[in-house]
Amino acid sequence: MKPPRTQQFLGRESYRMRRLMDAARILPVFALVLLLLPLMRHSPELEAPPTATESVYLFAVWAVMILLAFLLSLWLRRALDPADKGKRPHRAGPSGE
Amino acid sequence: MSFNLLVLTCLGYVVLLFTVASAAERAAVAGRAGWLRSPMVYTLSLSVYCTAWTFYGAVGYAARSGLEFMTIYLGPTLVFVGWWVVLRKLVRIGRENRVTSIADMISARYGKSNLLGVIVTLLCIMAGTPYIALQLQSISQSFTVFVTDPTGPSLATDTTLIAFWVAVGLAFFTIAFGTRTLDANEQHPGVVTAIAVEAVVKLLALLAVGVFVVWFVATGPSDILARIDAQALPEWEIQPGRWTGLILLSAIAIICLPRMFQVTVVENTNDQHLATASWAFPLYLFLISLFVLPIAVIGMELMPAGSNPDMFMLTLPLHLGQDGLALLSFLGGFSAATSMVIVASLALATMVSNHIVVPLWLRVRAVRQRDTGDMRLLVLSVRRLSISLVLGLGYVYYVITGGSAALASIGLIAFVGVAQCLPALIGALYWRGASRNGAALGLIAGMVLWFYTLFLPSFGPEVFLSARVMESGPFDLAWLRPYSLFGLTTLDPLLHSLFWSLMVNIVAFCFGSILSFPSPIERVQGALFVDIFDRPGTARSWTRPMAEAEDLLPMAQRIFGATEAQAFFRAQAELQGKQGFLPDITPEFLEALELKLAGSVGAATAYAMLAQTVGTSVVSVDDLMAVASETAQIMEYSAQLEAKSEELTRTARKLREANEKLQTLSVQKDAFLSQISHELRTPMTSIRAFSEILMDADGMSDEEQIHFARIIHDESIRLTRLLDDLLDLSVLEHGQVQLNITTANLRELIDRAITASNSVQAERNFTLHRSRDREDVDITTDAGRLAQVFINVLSNARKYCDAADPQLRIKVKRRNGMVDVDFIDNGIGIPRDKQALIFEKFSRLTDSMQAGGAGLGLAICREIMHNLGGDITYVPGQGGAAFRVSFPMQLEARESSARPATDPAEAAE
Amino acid sequence: MQKRVLVIEDEPNISEALSFILSRNGWRVDVTADGKAALGRLYADPPDLLILDLMLPGVSGFDILRSVRACDDTRALPVLMLTAKGQAADRIEAERLGVTRFMTKPFANAEVLAAVHEMART
Repeated sequence: MKPPRTQQFLGRESYRMRRLMDAARILPVFALVLLLLPLMRHSPELEAPPTATESVYLFAVWAVMILLAFLLSLWLRRALDPADKGKRPHRAGPSGE
Repeated sequence: MSFNLLVLTCLGYVVLLFTVASAAERAAVAGRAGWLRSPMVYTLSLSVYCTAWTFYGAVGYAARSGLEFMTIYLGPTLVFVGWWVVLRKLVRIGRENRVTSIADMISARYGKSNLLGVIVTLLCIMAGTPYIALQLQSISQSFTVFVTDPTGPSLATDTTLIAFWVAVGLAFFTIAFGTRTLDANEQHPGVVTAIAVEAVVKLLALLAVGVFVVWFVATGPSDILARIDAQALPEWEIQPGRWTGLILLSAIAIICLPRMFQVTVVENTNDQHLATASWAFPLYLFLISLFVLPIAVIGMELMPAGSNPDMFMLTLPLHLGQDGLALLSFLGGFSAATSMVIVASLALATMVSNHIVVPLWLRVRAVRQRDTGDMRLLVLSVRRLSISLVLGLGYVYYVITGGSAALASIGLIAFVGVAQCLPALIGALYWRGASRNGAALGLIAGMVLWFYTLFLPSFGPEVFLSARVMESGPFDLAWLRPYSLFGLTTLDPLLHSLFWSLMVNIVAFCFGSILSFPSPIERVQGALFVDIFDRPGTARSWTRPMAEAEDLLPMAQRIFGATEAQAFFRAQAELQGKQGFLPDITPEFLEALELKLAGSVGAATAYAMLAQTVGTSVVSVDDLMAVASETAQIMEYSAQLEAKSEELTRTARKLREANEKLQTLSVQKDAFLSQISHELRTPMTSIRAFSEILMDADGMSDEEQIHFARIIHDESIRLTRLLDDLLDLSVLEHGQVQLNITTANLRELIDRAITASNSVQAERNFTLHRSRDREDVDITTDAGRLAQVFINVLSNARKYCDAADPQLRIKVKRRNGMVDVDFIDNGIGIPRDKQALIFEKFSRLTDSMQAGGAGLGLAICREIMHNLGGDITYVPGQGGAAFRVSFPMQLEARESSARPATDPAEAAE
Repeated sequence: MQKRVLVIEDEPNISEALSFILSRNGWRVDVTADGKAALGRLYADPPDLLILDLMLPGVSGFDILRSVRACDDTRALPVLMLTAKGQAADRIEAERLGVTRFMTKPFANAEVLAAVHEMART
């Protein structure tokens, strides 16, 4: 027996939205941890720092961050106010919005 | 390349910007600003973060410190990627409150305090002026790079002069597009669009040089990576402290920098733009950073030793004979510098005019009473003057420091300076308890420490602080050395300053907030800001209209200009359903007006201006308290009204109940009277009938006559007894009976009652069952009355007990100071449905002759027992009629109230 | 032939007075205090006249009147109703139920006699 599909879908939708908001909050923390990783893998034997590899790593992390932020923003847009409804009605009028 | 060509290119570029900006302004005015307000333009305008310091300095930074330059772009990336946490709230609050600058934001949150506005403004000017100077320096420096002929026009070598003309030009541009109108929400589509164009130019320039370097100088990415490792210096080692600290610092800066606040918050039109920027701006920074290290490495490889790495962006293409590329790069740098200067001076000028000049002017005006001048022109002039002032300051700073190397690090020094706004700003967003005093304390403490540990020393020794002070501290107090305060020596100067200033700032902010008591308006604003996402609309404090619309219109005209002000007033009047230009002064109207004013002159100023017009003077905290208490009074009054109406309802209900009761009583009274009438008329009928018979006694025997006379006699006695009973009952019911309280022995009392009742139907022989020992109780009560009850009960038993062998048991029990005397006979008892009736008046169960009374006996008994503090009840299920007489052993001295009032409802049932 | 009257009255003294007055004036008087028993006697041997007390133990004079008027044999029986309560509402109710005469106690003997004679004549 399957429960009515639409109702369950709505519940899932808002639940998913809240979890995405959580993800949006966690993402910068997670990213910071990744960005601090280079600090912890320095080997003293090397004469010069491994700048090339670290730069590749950092730019890769950066790119992944951007990608994740892009995906999140696509989803989270729905939780935002529609563009025109940000203001209260009585502020409308010729006040130069 | 000739200097003149360079100047021409610059001019041409500036003309292009002018065209773009004015086209955008025109489109916006015409309401066709759709594409101008696209998320991409918003994102590109954010690139004002990347100044000449980025464009030229990043390469130099990379050449000197390797990957560390990336921290300046990783911090902002984190903030934007995490936009959901801070930026979303900041932008929403800024937009809903029409915040005009970071100073306005902080001032508005902490009770529209202008003190905070002034502090933040001063801080931002201190941090911003050197930064502007840095841009001027980079532009003039970039000019000199192109001048290959030292004997050329004097202008080409005179960097100061170049800087001057650049400053003048930028001031002109900013004034032209930044102060065109006093827009309702301090948004500048022209400026933003020009900035967006510049963002594209500088990105393209950097990418072009980068692509050239990677694919034309080197052979591709892998080659570049190899060269990077080849060029890597030991100083390129990532330093954990600086790496972490700078990521943090740049993250703070992207929120707190006045120009960033301007483009991120003030120029924002909706949340959707921020959602796009959350990934697009990091992408922009990513692209800007991507080729920095390759350019630096190739520069280090190819350029002669000792050449300035800060100018690699220009010198490298020139060195490789790519004049066109160099020119593009030059334009990129020029874009970066000019966009920063325009936005920064605009933001700073807004702050200066809104928080310093206009409030001062208002104060002076307030002293001089009513003004007639055009405020609009005044505010615009102040704005223009402020822009010139800010740019002038930057120029002066540049001239004074002479383009010293100290300028190079000014970017980060400015970051630490503006970072002092962070605690107050974050507190504004998330902590309702944050108070004005806390914010002011934190800001001042942080500012002082930043000033002392970083800003002053940055000028180099002997400028402000002597070498001696730097070495051993002021007055030889080693723990006060600017670079190692309190003996903190392990951090480099920048982190040292960041640590101490933010630390002390936060501590002072928290302590100040916790210990101080915020004013009502602060608390209102605090709730407004912190709970921005939790409420449908904003709450405001204009609750007491005092001014006339005629007073407000002139003031509004001074700010917005006549046309717009009149349109606004007419629209507001229409909203209220009125014709003409003068709406009613409702709180809603005032709120709308304040919001509109706030867009032009800042929240605190708008508030002060309205307060000045609406009230007699500035609305003080006391005033607000008065309003609050007025509201409280109204609430109390309405609560009272509510209580009153409840009381009325209650009274009405009581009245209704009383009325119903009266009606029942009336019915009962009729029934009672009818009963009395019956009981009186019945004996009177016999008396009259036999009297008339006796009056005509002819032929009657003596026996007959005597018999009739006896009947008359008996009926008269019956009548008398009835009247006696009625009187007795009336006295007992009204509690007027005089009790004769004595001490008596219960057994003797019962003996007496039995003797007295034996006369009733004396022919019947009752068997009595008593336990005389238990009856031996001394009681204090009205013995006569109690005996009357016993006699009545015993007589009833004798009358009504229908058993062939009548028996009566008398049982005495004692409990809790009460005595129960049960009289139980062995007759059929009283039917269940009559048990409740027998104590009512005139309730006779059998015919009257047998009863020989009017049916008042038990009613009287009950009244007597109530008067004696006890009761008489019928006890069912005892194998016969059973009455229980209960009473207290010790009757207290008479207290009429102790006796349960006889419910009149019972009286005549 | 001597006319018969039935007196339904629970007060023994009153019924004795009525019976004395009426028998002295040539009536044969039957007295009963029990209203329910009286009904059986009425149907079995209808008298020429009925004197009825309103308040009787266990049954109301109205009930007896209603039964009398409901039965064909007694429908025309003249009924004199006596009451000690003297409420106007009772008189109205009695007249509605078809009482012939309604008198309030205490009564004058002559009055009762006159009423009885008048009722017996019609």
